[in-house]
Amino acid sequence: MLELKGLRRLHIGPIGLTVEAGECVSLSGRSGSGKSIILRAVADLDPHDGEVYLDGQTCSSMPAPQWRRMVTYVAAESGWWEQTVRQHFPVDTDFQLLLPQLGLEPSIADMDVQRLSTGERQRLALLRALGLNSKVLLLDEPTSALDHHSVLLVEALLRQRMDQGVAILLVTHDSEQALRLATRHMRLHQGMLEPIDAEALAGPEAGMEEEGQ
Amino acid sequence: MNTPLLSYADLLFGFLLVLLNSALSFMLNVGVGRSLLVAALRATAQLLLVGLILKFVFGSSSPWLVLAVILVMTLLAAHEVRSRQKKRFTGVWGVGVGAAATAVSMVLVLSYTVVLIVHSEPWWAPQLIIPLVGIVLGSVMNGVGISLNVFNTGLERERNAIEAQLALGADRRQALKFLQRNALRSGLIPIVNQMSAAGVITLPGMMTGQILAGMEPYEAAKYQILVLFLLAAAAGIGALAATTLAVRRATDDRDRLRLDRLS
Repeated sequence: MLELKGLRRLHIGPIGLTVEAGECVSLSGRSGSGKSIILRAVADLDPHDGEVYLDGQTCSSMPAPQWRRMVTYVAAESGWWEQTVRQHFPVDTDFQLLLPQLGLEPSIADMDVQRLSTGERQRLALLRALGLNSKVLLLDEPTSALDHHSVLLVEALLRQRMDQGVAILLVTHDSEQALRLATRHMRLHQGMLEPIDAEALAGPEAGMEEEGQ
Repeated sequence: MNTPLLSYADLLFGFLLVLLNSALSFMLNVGVGRSLLVAALRATAQLLLVGLILKFVFGSSSPWLVLAVILVMTLLAAHEVRSRQKKRFTGVWGVGVGAAATAVSMVLVLSYTVVLIVHSEPWWAPQLIIPLVGIVLGSVMNGVGISLNVFNTGLERERNAIEAQLALGADRRQALKFLQRNALRSGLIPIVNQMSAAGVITLPGMMTGQILAGMEPYEAAKYQILVLFLLAAAAGIGALAATTLAVRRATDDRDRLRLDRLS
């Protein structure tokens, strides 16, 4: 179980939120409202006030790398630091098994990252993060660059993880995706988090926001 | 052979060449005629002044004076490193990282040289140590300046790549390793080139000077070889110290990338 208590960063907060194991909570809000700021603070990637708990243990009580291997942030556009795809994964990775899960050709494992499409990189970044078997996933627009078919593959994989007890905090502009994956929905408005029910999320205002992105 | 001393008239004849050069620039509208003259006069004033100061320092027998000269030279080098940075750390770290790396590298290389290689009497003999500091500093400045520049500009450009690693549980040293490696490589390329070209494409300035001053060419070559080794060590140690400090300053103890410390 992930708990945020009094989380503050820049103009955001204080934020309090609980995500149970196996649960997905969606986080929506206008562009620039600070959704990514919250995810980054939970992963302790930026200085912040307040505390985050994982199963009762605080983030500040352990080295940050250890925390991030359990509470893992996946950016909308993740980074790459080596030449080929393969070099970004553990040496014993079975790409034949791994890549088709998200509709990727196993052969791209040996391609240069630079030559892949944004959508391919986005799926690879997710697979890379899933390899850690974290207890919590902080997903920032995980399917923003994907076609419908790939979106469904990603969602199926995430649902599988939730069944295994993984908690997900999902930032998405796609209200339908939020409805498909999450059981609770939050909106970030003027730096504060407010619960929002499924109807309001699917309502006309949410629709407008989607067009605006 | 004893090198004949130069008279001011000799220098004047030399200066005529610069004047000629400058006149050509005016005629062909190259636009550097003026700066050429100013630079030539600046070099003249600076070198004569340094000559006078060194004459005074060489004449005195105070190790403190020698140390003071070394300190001033080091500070000037640190300033030069700082002004070469397109991106630098905020506050005192902006000059501090380069200065500390320069000082560390210089002290290490110099003590090694003085203790193990050239046994001068006394150890601070200005005729030996001041030219040595000068030439070593030039190399440190390059190593530190270039590697810091590559590192600091890379921090912003490679932000996603660095933070992706941190988010996956890498610590700050691991996450910045690829960048540090690039920076070190860039910092060492000049000295590698310099060593490869030495004697074949260029006759290094120091060796030329010693030959002109009457030293046996073979002996001068030996000196030059030693100096090149020292320069390589100085550039390497300087670049390593600078990037190591930069890794620490660019991140905090929670292994976060702190671009807010860069301006």
